[in-house]
Amino acid sequence: MSASDKNQPTQGSIFYDQGFRSIVYQILLAVGLGYVGWALFSNVIENLDRQGIATGWSFLWTSSGFDIGESVIEYDAGDTYGRALLVGFLNTVRVAFLGIIFATILGVFMGVARVSRNWLLSTISSWFVEIGRNVPVVLHVIFWGTVIHLLPQPREAMVPFEGAFIMNRGFVMPFPVYDDAYPWVGLGLIVGIAGVVFLNKWAQAKRERTGQYIHTLWPGLGIFFGCPLVVWLAFGAPLVWDVPALKGFNFQGGLQLSPEFIALLVGITVYTASFIAEIVRSGIQSVPSGQVEAAGAVGLRQGFIMRYVVIPQALRVIVPPTASQYLSLTKNSSLGVLIGYPDLVNIGNTTLNQTGQAVEAITIMMLVYLGISIVISLFMNFYNRIVAIKER
Amino acid sequence: MPNDTTSNIPTSGTKSGRTAPPPTERIPVLKWIRENLVSSPLNTVVTIICVFGLIYTVPDFISWSLLDAVFNASSHEDCRAAAGACWAVVADKHRPMFFGVYPYEEHWRLLLGLIIYCGAVGLTMLPKCWSYKFLVPLWLFTLFSTLTLMWGGVLGLAEVDTSQWGGLPLTMVLFSGTIVVGFPLAILLALGRRSDMPAVKAVCVIFIESLRGVPLITILFVAVNVFPLFLPQGLEFDKLLRVMVGMAIFFACYQAEVIRGGLQAISRGQYEAAEALGLGYWQTMIRIILPQALRICLPGIVNHVIAAFKNTSLVLIIGLFDMLTATTSVMQDPEWRRFTLEAYICVGFVYFCFCYALSKYSQQVERWLGEGKRF
Amino acid sequence: MTKSIKTFAALAIAGAVSMTSASVALAEDGPTLKAVKERGEVLCGVHQGRYGFAIADNQGKWKGLDVDFCRAVAAAVLGDSEKVKYIPLGSVQRFPALQSGEVDMLSRTTTVTLTRDSALGLNFGPPTFYTGTGFMVRKSIGATKVEDLAGAAVCVFPGSTTEKNIASLFAAKKLDYKPVVIESSKQLVGAYMSGRCDVLSMDQAGLPGHQQFDADNPADHVILPGVFSKEPLGVGVRAGDDQWFDIIKWVTHATFNAEEWGVTSANASDLKANSTDINVQRLLGAKGDLGQKLGLGNDWAYNVISQVGNYGEIYDRNWGPPLNLDRGVNNLWTNGGLMYGFPMK
Repeated sequence: MSASDKNQPTQGSIFYDQGFRSIVYQILLAVGLGYVGWALFSNVIENLDRQGIATGWSFLWTSSGFDIGESVIEYDAGDTYGRALLVGFLNTVRVAFLGIIFATILGVFMGVARVSRNWLLSTISSWFVEIGRNVPVVLHVIFWGTVIHLLPQPREAMVPFEGAFIMNRGFVMPFPVYDDAYPWVGLGLIVGIAGVVFLNKWAQAKRERTGQYIHTLWPGLGIFFGCPLVVWLAFGAPLVWDVPALKGFNFQGGLQLSPEFIALLVGITVYTASFIAEIVRSGIQSVPSGQVEAAGAVGLRQGFIMRYVVIPQALRVIVPPTASQYLSLTKNSSLGVLIGYPDLVNIGNTTLNQTGQAVEAITIMMLVYLGISIVISLFMNFYNRIVAIKER
Repeated sequence: MPNDTTSNIPTSGTKSGRTAPPPTERIPVLKWIRENLVSSPLNTVVTIICVFGLIYTVPDFISWSLLDAVFNASSHEDCRAAAGACWAVVADKHRPMFFGVYPYEEHWRLLLGLIIYCGAVGLTMLPKCWSYKFLVPLWLFTLFSTLTLMWGGVLGLAEVDTSQWGGLPLTMVLFSGTIVVGFPLAILLALGRRSDMPAVKAVCVIFIESLRGVPLITILFVAVNVFPLFLPQGLEFDKLLRVMVGMAIFFACYQAEVIRGGLQAISRGQYEAAEALGLGYWQTMIRIILPQALRICLPGIVNHVIAAFKNTSLVLIIGLFDMLTATTSVMQDPEWRRFTLEAYICVGFVYFCFCYALSKYSQQVERWLGEGKRF
Repeated sequence: MTKSIKTFAALAIAGAVSMTSASVALAEDGPTLKAVKERGEVLCGVHQGRYGFAIADNQGKWKGLDVDFCRAVAAAVLGDSEKVKYIPLGSVQRFPALQSGEVDMLSRTTTVTLTRDSALGLNFGPPTFYTGTGFMVRKSIGATKVEDLAGAAVCVFPGSTTEKNIASLFAAKKLDYKPVVIESSKQLVGAYMSGRCDVLSMDQAGLPGHQQFDADNPADHVILPGVFSKEPLGVGVRAGDDQWFDIIKWVTHATFNAEEWGVTSANASDLKANSTDINVQRLLGAKGDLGQKLGLGNDWAYNVISQVGNYGEIYDRNWGPPLNLDRGVNNLWTNGGLMYGFPMK
């Protein structure tokens, strides 16, 4: 950090001038990096050529020849490598999305539990958090993978509730069969969420204008559940359950979650949740107790204090580190290669082995993860700007 | 809400106008229970749920792990017969689990190296020892002595190639290599990112942001599969070295952000005073700014050091035999295979001990900073 | 204070450089042979654990058919069949390891396919073992043919020809199945044994070993009859180094020819001194200079046969009791098999 003005003329020779030297250094750096980059690149080309390894991106359009255990979209062995990588990407998104949701719920719960006045609850949750944080995520995933292997065979599966089975092939449960009404029900849900938001905004504006407090909890819940319900009823209330049944080797039908998916999800969720719990705890504790006392002195009720005083201030401290935890969870989902979950890294690994094109396959993997991380960072910057304290 | 225990302040709530004495428990245990477990209806409900949960799970767990467990078995038959955990698997297999495929007779060298290493780490954690004069010779000694012990080939010790290093010592080697190589790199990146020279700043920003966005696994793949392609024919690097460099670069990118936060906290007055004294850029950094910045962001630094320790377990994917990989491969022995869970719990416990100790140290450092202790 | 920092920094750098120079082998621009001779040992990529091909016992000693071919190359090049470092490789790691120079040769139950030979930048020696894809299931399932496996969970290695074979086999028969792919050999077998999958699928020669040694009760499992693909297993080397490729090829042929001409590890030295068969004399280096043409000493094949044995001895050592796998097509061409040693002159 040069604090002095670079523009002031110096007495000595030009070599001691800060501006000149910085330009020289930068030119040297650019030239040096350019040379190293060119040398590495030409080495790569030469080595690949000498060993006869194929280069180029055409492998993405050739048939892959291998099957993938689970996939969100249609895929079979005749499809291209490009489609296989897409399947891997969607599997990563699937486990990361669910992982973020569950880790947030679990983490917030654990964080709040840690600062509760109940000694039992805070001690239990602090032990969970410590065990979760101090054990590597690799061990978490392998541990849960091993636990699932110890579950019984399909024929002796455990039955938590009617139609659902837990076994070492995973978890199956009844799931509604797709009906044409369901997209409309989804639309109804979106309308319901919009309605709740508008209701809250209206109630807040009215309160600020007239001081009158309007209960929005029950009307809000009514709108949230009512809109999709009305749409569903309008279509004739279609609900057909696809119940899993044991046929031959395994269960057919219903919602099936493979053991690899469950083990990976539980492993990374528990690990990330313990970090989120610490962040939530530090966020809550960062709100000065004077704020809470002042709110109480003014006469606000407990629920109000939490909603309007503690949480907004705590959120400013909680959200940025939590965003980086979400990113870390997405990257940890790449551990599917350990237990056989076909995520992007796993399929990329198989691809680079079958085609021999390590450079291209790894480049694709890294670019995809970079893209995901940029998206999450952008979203969090946007959120930060919204909730930034607007100083006077 | 503060507990108001003074009894002489008149309140307006009682009918006769006189105050009632506050509820004081004479028995401290009951007072503690009242305050911490049953202070409100919600609290009571939560306590009841927790107690039921504990009654449901803890006795089963204790009987599985302690009462019915087999701690010492001559063969796996005893373990199969028992209903509880089989800790005997660790007794039987702890050598390959923790030391990998290192030659059996030379394990004492690994143990000695570990003791020296842990001693050095312990000394480094004491603020009293934080001076270049002490730390640099200490770590040079540790580096040379542990590497000599592990590698051998001199002083009458049999030579053991790096491909046979495994288990806990390999975890330590990876961990130290990551820190030793990554930390100076992190400082350089942090300084570069705050530099006035736009080219340097741009290079550092691109480097840090792109490597922070990718998983460590892909960097390890690059180190193992792609990096050799970058080298001219005939030049080859040891796999362990490549992996260590990859992990060090990854560590440096995260650490650079933490150090940058510390650098931002140093006031401009320090820079200006250093300039007034006639100190150049590097002298200012090394003697004035960095010592202060590093002390400020020390908790964040320790957090990433803990993360680097845990990340060493990732080499499972590329086939280096650290503690976790050695355990996984050793537990495939068909006689002991069903007791894999106990082995993993033991390895997890070792990781837990190290990381928990480091995190407690980090909290202690935070406390020192909070108290304004000068070190 | 600054001076001492500088001194210590210099010492540290010097120390670091001296440490790394031990691990950086600055070989001249030469082929693999030069590197192997300088290093003094052959880096051989092998399977992580497959009975009969490459398995390490509790003391870390490796044995198997693939292992014996590693030892044969070491005997030919360095004169000592023990100068080998075995590097266990997973099914996905194996090709990058060979391409990047981590191993000199890949003796790891690798099927020779067109794609591997051309696009991966590898060359393969003559097959040392012929087998096919096989399936192992639990007897309790009662399956006797592939059609009975519809809907099963099949354990298979990623990046293997088996993975592709079963995909096309099941697709052709219009059968449904769920692949469970795990790279680590021991984890994959463990998944089958613990019941995670119903079927274990790999090269058929690998199955009896797992059945005998890894199952709780070998009688509970059955290997389905029939082979379902062609899997010629050969030793792989990097493309671009013809001399090393020739060495690998002709060491393999030497073992075939030795069995055909009756040279064994027991009688090799005797025959070297006293044989009158011109083939045997040329093989063992008593006449001619075959070794020099390959860049090796003239007793290269003698070292191979006397220290490791001919192909028949290698086979019997690894596939005799307790696995007792019949030689089948892995016999000499004179006995109706496929092992045909090329003329060595």
